[in-house]
Amino acid sequence: MSIKIENLTYVYNPGSPFETKALEDINIEIESGEFIGLIGHTGSGKSTLIQHLNGLIKPTSGKIVINGIDITEKTVKLSDIRRKVGLVFQYPEHQLFEETVYKDIAFGPQNLGLSETEIDQRVREAMELVKLPFDELRDRSPFELSGGQKRRVAIAGVFAMKPEVLVLDEPTSGLDPRTRDEVLDEIKTLHDRYKNTVILVSHSMEDVAKLVDRVIVMHNGKVIFSGTPREVFKETETLESIGLGVPQISYLVKALKKKNINLREDIFTVEEAKEEILKWIRSNKNV
Amino acid sequence: MPEMIDIQDIQFYYKNDMEETTLALKDITITVEPGEFIVIIGHNGSGKSTLAKHMNALLLPTKGEVFVKGFNTKDEAHVWDIRQNAGMVFQNPDNQLVATIVEEDVAFGPENLGVPPVEIRKRVDEALNVVDMSEYRDKAPHLLSGGQKQRIAIAGIIAMRPNCIIFDEPTAMLDPSGRREVIRTIKKLNKEENITIVHITHFMEEAVNADRVIVMGDGQIVLEGKPKEVFSKVEQLKELGLDVPQMTDLTNELIKEGIDLPQDILTVDEMVMELCQLK
Repeated sequence: MSIKIENLTYVYNPGSPFETKALEDINIEIESGEFIGLIGHTGSGKSTLIQHLNGLIKPTSGKIVINGIDITEKTVKLSDIRRKVGLVFQYPEHQLFEETVYKDIAFGPQNLGLSETEIDQRVREAMELVKLPFDELRDRSPFELSGGQKRRVAIAGVFAMKPEVLVLDEPTSGLDPRTRDEVLDEIKTLHDRYKNTVILVSHSMEDVAKLVDRVIVMHNGKVIFSGTPREVFKETETLESIGLGVPQISYLVKALKKKNINLREDIFTVEEAKEEILKWIRSNKNV
Repeated sequence: MPEMIDIQDIQFYYKNDMEETTLALKDITITVEPGEFIVIIGHNGSGKSTLAKHMNALLLPTKGEVFVKGFNTKDEAHVWDIRQNAGMVFQNPDNQLVATIVEEDVAFGPENLGVPPVEIRKRVDEALNVVDMSEYRDKAPHLLSGGQKQRIAIAGIIAMRPNCIIFDEPTAMLDPSGRREVIRTIKKLNKEENITIVHITHFMEEAVNADRVIVMGDGQIVLEGKPKEVFSKVEQLKELGLDVPQMTDLTNELIKEGIDLPQDILTVDEMVMELCQLK
């Protein structure tokens, strides 16, 4: 499912002394099946932008075209859009409300008017995707679970809608390192299985570099970069000046370069760094 | 002089609605010396926050004793002495600010301690200065960034003149620059103001400058030592669901390939230095 955002501007409190331009002339095109990382400091406009994608906020001006349909048109039914664009908010576990894990995850599919069999299938699959044991947890209260499990139940509720576009706003904040890696893997598995379009908002440059096809960088309500991780993370100075950073490995490559140790500059992971350093050491020995 | 915090063989049980008990802390003994900078890491549910809440009498142990500056946390008569001595900063900055103007928020704590107005003025100015937020004194807190809000919350604690501050994942909700601001402030409080720091975090990079790292797992202390000692146990930490700083991870991978490197590399600078030796 493709997304095209054209000249999108959003103004908070227009005409009042508190008037603030939260988004200014945003133009983004996202292909069907792309995995996008959206980064920017707090207040850069990321959350405002993603709330436009399923009609939670109406633009002040501009268009949002999803699969050829401009969702800002008055005739468009927002419930149709929300079936296709699933939004996982920050700390989604705060929105759990049902008595059992099963009912909580089934809530969305039920509203789609699906058959009981189809709902059951979707709940099972969503729980399998986020690695929650179905038989053990289906009848438990979501409020008795651990923090990591609650987060997964909330994410499974959105997975069960089978959204063609999945938008996640910092899905791993507050999670410990292992749970963080597992949740990211689960999002990746879903993406690989259904080739859905994913937009991941994150403050972790390492996670973004590892996972996404394309990085979009926002600053003061504008898009300032859009490109592959390799293209975007070359811009260390600019990214730092707008309150972001680059992955740790990029800092290492840069620092080594100053000492005349030249590694490939487009590497981000520990694995890639290991290979590059080994290559360097071996070529050194041959000299 | 008594230890800043002295935790003697404590246990703590939670009870849920069904009257089932969960042992959240098992046989924990820790002492924190005045001026120390301690980082606590551990997986979600390992008991880190529960332990932290014992350090200023927000929770009382089911078994064992906790002393803060010599005061037993079970002694209700001294609970305010304890909280004035050991302040706490939490994860969500929005839940900690109470006033509509920054300096009023910072003044809230000392006002409740009954500090005279002239002295409050002085303390508020100093506290805002320490966290580099003086120019925002008359702003509304809700218009500030996450990192700025957290620094106001910290200023509110500093104005109570504590000897110790406990930080419970203060950077979890912040963007990279907010995180840098808060970490810089915490280090400054320790180095320049000589405040004892207990810092709980999921970001391993934030632990590399600590005097001591305590690793929790399932309600127990599983590792304790200097950052270099603790993080050299790469495999054990990964088993616990934790991580090591990326440079330590990289070092470990290179050592496995037969490269001669010390095991205790934590930062980019150290890695660069060591690799230059191999030239």
